[in-house]
Amino acid sequence: MSKTLFEKLWDMHVVMDIDGDAALLAIDRVLMHERTGGVALESLKQAGHRVLAPQRAFATMDHIVDTRPGRGDATLMPTGTAFIQATRQGARDAGIHLFDITDPRQGIVHVMSPEQGILIPGITLVCPDSHTCTQGAFGALAWGIGSSEAEHALATGTLRVQRPGTMRITVDSQLGPNVSAKDLALHILARIGSAGARGKVLEYAGSAITALDAEGRMTLCNMATELGAFTAIIAPDQAIFDYVKGRPFAPKGADWDAALASWQSLSSDPDARFDTDLRFDAADVVPMISWGTSPQQSLAIDATVPTAQEVAGRDSAEAHARARDYMNVTPGQPISGLRIDGAFIGSCTNSRLSDLRRAAAILKGRHVADHVRAICVPGSSQVKAQAEAEGLDRIFLDAGFEWREAGCSMCFFAGGESFGPQERVISSTNRNFESRQGPSTRTHIASPETVAASAIAGVIAAAFVRETSL
Amino acid sequence: MIPFTSMTAIAAPLIRDNVDTDAIIPSREMKTVGKTGLKDGLFAGWRYTQVGGRDPVPDFILNQPAYREARFLLSGANFGCGSSREHAAWALAEYGFRAIVAPSFNPIFHGNCIRNGIVPVTLAIEEIVKLADAMPAPIHISLEEMQVMGADGTALPFHLPEEARRALLLGLDPIGQTLLERDRIEAFLAKDALIRPWIYPH
Repeated sequence: MSKTLFEKLWDMHVVMDIDGDAALLAIDRVLMHERTGGVALESLKQAGHRVLAPQRAFATMDHIVDTRPGRGDATLMPTGTAFIQATRQGARDAGIHLFDITDPRQGIVHVMSPEQGILIPGITLVCPDSHTCTQGAFGALAWGIGSSEAEHALATGTLRVQRPGTMRITVDSQLGPNVSAKDLALHILARIGSAGARGKVLEYAGSAITALDAEGRMTLCNMATELGAFTAIIAPDQAIFDYVKGRPFAPKGADWDAALASWQSLSSDPDARFDTDLRFDAADVVPMISWGTSPQQSLAIDATVPTAQEVAGRDSAEAHARARDYMNVTPGQPISGLRIDGAFIGSCTNSRLSDLRRAAAILKGRHVADHVRAICVPGSSQVKAQAEAEGLDRIFLDAGFEWREAGCSMCFFAGGESFGPQERVISSTNRNFESRQGPSTRTHIASPETVAASAIAGVIAAAFVRETSL
Repeated sequence: MIPFTSMTAIAAPLIRDNVDTDAIIPSREMKTVGKTGLKDGLFAGWRYTQVGGRDPVPDFILNQPAYREARFLLSGANFGCGSSREHAAWALAEYGFRAIVAPSFNPIFHGNCIRNGIVPVTLAIEEIVKLADAMPAPIHISLEEMQVMGADGTALPFHLPEEARRALLLGLDPIGQTLLERDRIEAFLAKDALIRPWIYPH
């Protein structure tokens, strides 16, 4: 019987079936960060459980750790130090790999895992973090869980999983020159909505997907949780095998040869059936930006804020009004040209080397508008070091951006650093929820290119417009 | 985990789509490395006038006297979207909520509810609005019969996967349950180490 890629991975990992459509699945890798990892490790210890396979578990510091230069355990996030220290202690006690604050491997969990070769095709990988779907980009079954499930995975090496449904989005043709994976993610969100893939394993396929490099695929898969998906997945190909080869935790020697042979069969069979099967054309994708307080409230950057009637099938009148009022935008108003106060480049969506390179290409020789506070936070200490070796840090600094240590930073507000109330921020992150980046802060999510171009213009602006108008 | 069989209580209507986990428990309210001390932070951004403060917004549903004893919450589509933080479920449970009734749930949040004795009840939005219109009045939620009984006596069936239903009904500890299968897990790992040796550090 023909199978989808997901079904192949599921079958490979079934320890036993449970009732109905659930199974006990073997978990190959468990990742943690200090926001949710310390809680799980401490609770596990209190319950008297040991970690079954500590050599297959990894912890890093990303959510709470400060990103200002010269950082240590102290953080602006109230009580944050306790989370850092509990995670460190828990990881040490359990014998889990720990990429601590000063470790050159430290970084946002979904940036450092592929970098270190922890993420490889064909594995099951879980992390108490909703953006774990990012890591499906390499053909792994990788999904976000809660802390209790993380405890379960650590203690038993397995998870009890209700079998999710399947969905495929095929993206034909090629993305245009001014468009990147983030725009595609927002395009799909705007079309199918924030519950458009609810509970499904969403496989991305098609020529526009295989044309993306490993980092672009991670950006696309990252936003699958914003579609309500169980996770996203992309069949691994040579681009992924080349990326993985030689990384510290990747298979070596005979193991590599055996792994590669196995990975080459990781794709959906040609006649495999999906519960939902959609097609998009990459040629329809233009630079996108969010206008509201849900990622589905996104539009083309040259479009106008929709009226309630225009999005009636998607947003309730109440949700539309609430978003409009919160964001202080008027239906019919062009989204471009709105004055911004802040610009942020970073997060597990768009903080990898290729993201910084594309933003730097726009910033080079230019300066952000005087009224804009602009911040760049590399996704990992390794990305930061590589960027500095290429001189990208100078471009950002000369353009008036702050250049930070690696972490999640101001992607979300947790009582520490934030943008101000009612401030309008353009951000390469993944969520534009109310107060996400600070109390009453208004976040517009977009690609790093659009963030860079807008920071220079001081208003929301498309990267390609800059060529003629500036 | 406290089992749930059936319960009669008032339901607080918070009919908004996309109530995200940042709204349920803002990150700034997750102050201790533990699963408790969260109920005061529940919906903090909507419930209090100031960030970090505790002065109630009088209009907010949980601040209205009629809903002080609410044990169920009625809400809109895609409830619990956003961050995977289980603190959202912990905060709701600690506050006293035993069931959330919504047209749809985020999958991670749905799992977190099951793990913490909260029943995620899926009903059509029209039915939820009807229940909300009759509030404050007690409704009955039965997990044994898998139905919500409105104040007017209308029975509304809902569905939960059997594994989730059983866990809630019995208040099971999933880790304890799975550890009973240790032999099967070890057998799987021994066999898998031969098929996929690169997975297991050696």
